[in-house]
Amino acid sequence: MGYLELIVSCIFVNNILLAQFLGNCPFLGTSKKMETAVGMAGAVVFVTVLAGTITWIIYHQILVKFDLVYLRTFSFILIIATLVQFVEMFLKKMIPVLYAGLGIFLPLITTNCAVLGICVINIDEEFTFSEAVSASLFYAVGFGLALILFAGIRERILLARVPKALQGTSIALITAGFISLTFFAFRGMV
Amino acid sequence: MAKTLKQEFTKGLWKDLPPFRLVLGLCPVLGVTTTMENGLGMGVATTFVLCGSNLLVSLLRQAIPPRVRIACFVIIIAAFVTVVELLMQAYTYPLYLKLGVFIPLIVVNCIVLGRAEAFAYKNKVSSSVADALGIGIGFTLSLSLLGSLRELLGNGSLTIWGDLSYSIIDVVPSFQPFTFATQAPGAFVCLGLMLCIINLIGK
Repeated sequence: MGYLELIVSCIFVNNILLAQFLGNCPFLGTSKKMETAVGMAGAVVFVTVLAGTITWIIYHQILVKFDLVYLRTFSFILIIATLVQFVEMFLKKMIPVLYAGLGIFLPLITTNCAVLGICVINIDEEFTFSEAVSASLFYAVGFGLALILFAGIRERILLARVPKALQGTSIALITAGFISLTFFAFRGMV
Repeated sequence: MAKTLKQEFTKGLWKDLPPFRLVLGLCPVLGVTTTMENGLGMGVATTFVLCGSNLLVSLLRQAIPPRVRIACFVIIIAAFVTVVELLMQAYTYPLYLKLGVFIPLIVVNCIVLGRAEAFAYKNKVSSSVADALGIGIGFTLSLSLLGSLRELLGNGSLTIWGDLSYSIIDVVPSFQPFTFATQAPGAFVCLGLMLCIINLIGK
């Protein structure tokens, strides 16, 4: 697969949120305000690229070599949890400005299924190392893009008069459906 | 203990019905419900993990130190997910392929972790298992309902399990499938509308 195809495929066609439905809890939870959405998007891009790279190496260099493939889920979640903790400590110490921006979102990422999902997809699709790293990056960028777009629309919904039964999550999901429909239009490109 | 086991069990079926009342664990809800069979399979797998993890967390609640409890919960849940993964590979391989990435993702399903944290860690074994069964069955029913709705609208068929499936075209020959429902955007819209209906009934 060429890199251009990979970019379009990861960001638009197979968008992790809107086409593969991974990471919907933070999608609905942190999209009420633009600021939090941007923070979450940044944190996800950062952690996903690291996690995607490390889990790929661990899977191919340790689990496959020692015939321990069945421990995949188990080891990946431990790697992600440790990584998140480590990144948090590192940022707090070394880059306090970035920590202030991303801080509260980092612990939430452990249970963000987009991160684990991307690591598993990298393995299932049998990507090479460089493909896996770039796929992680572009999937995460797609996540961020969808999240920020959605936050922008959701701020507008606050001003709209929504029927009572549809208020809250219900109208948010229907809106997400229409954003998903626009992303659907890219399907012919890959 | 003020609540009886029956109350712990039944609250998962309506009062705390996931994913509608507790809006948690939406990813598998949106991702696998293209057919009823997928919804049912995912629900059963999640129920198994939920029961196992609630049982073990509740048994070990004296032994798990509060400061590292989340890490312990995640390890317990990951162990049960691996069990489900291996069982499904052995006995229901076609379904395992269809559910794909969503089986390992039960680890990060907020419902499972949420019940361990909010319920099993504070309650005795029997009520924890009753709670897990109730929430699990509620989750399975919701997934099957959404799955059957989307499959009926989008495909005009209803696959209950394996070869056991019905086609609506046999009954209503003029039926036109509404493909939107089985595709990605339809998942969001169908779930949003179902949530709206639940809100209407709940009031």
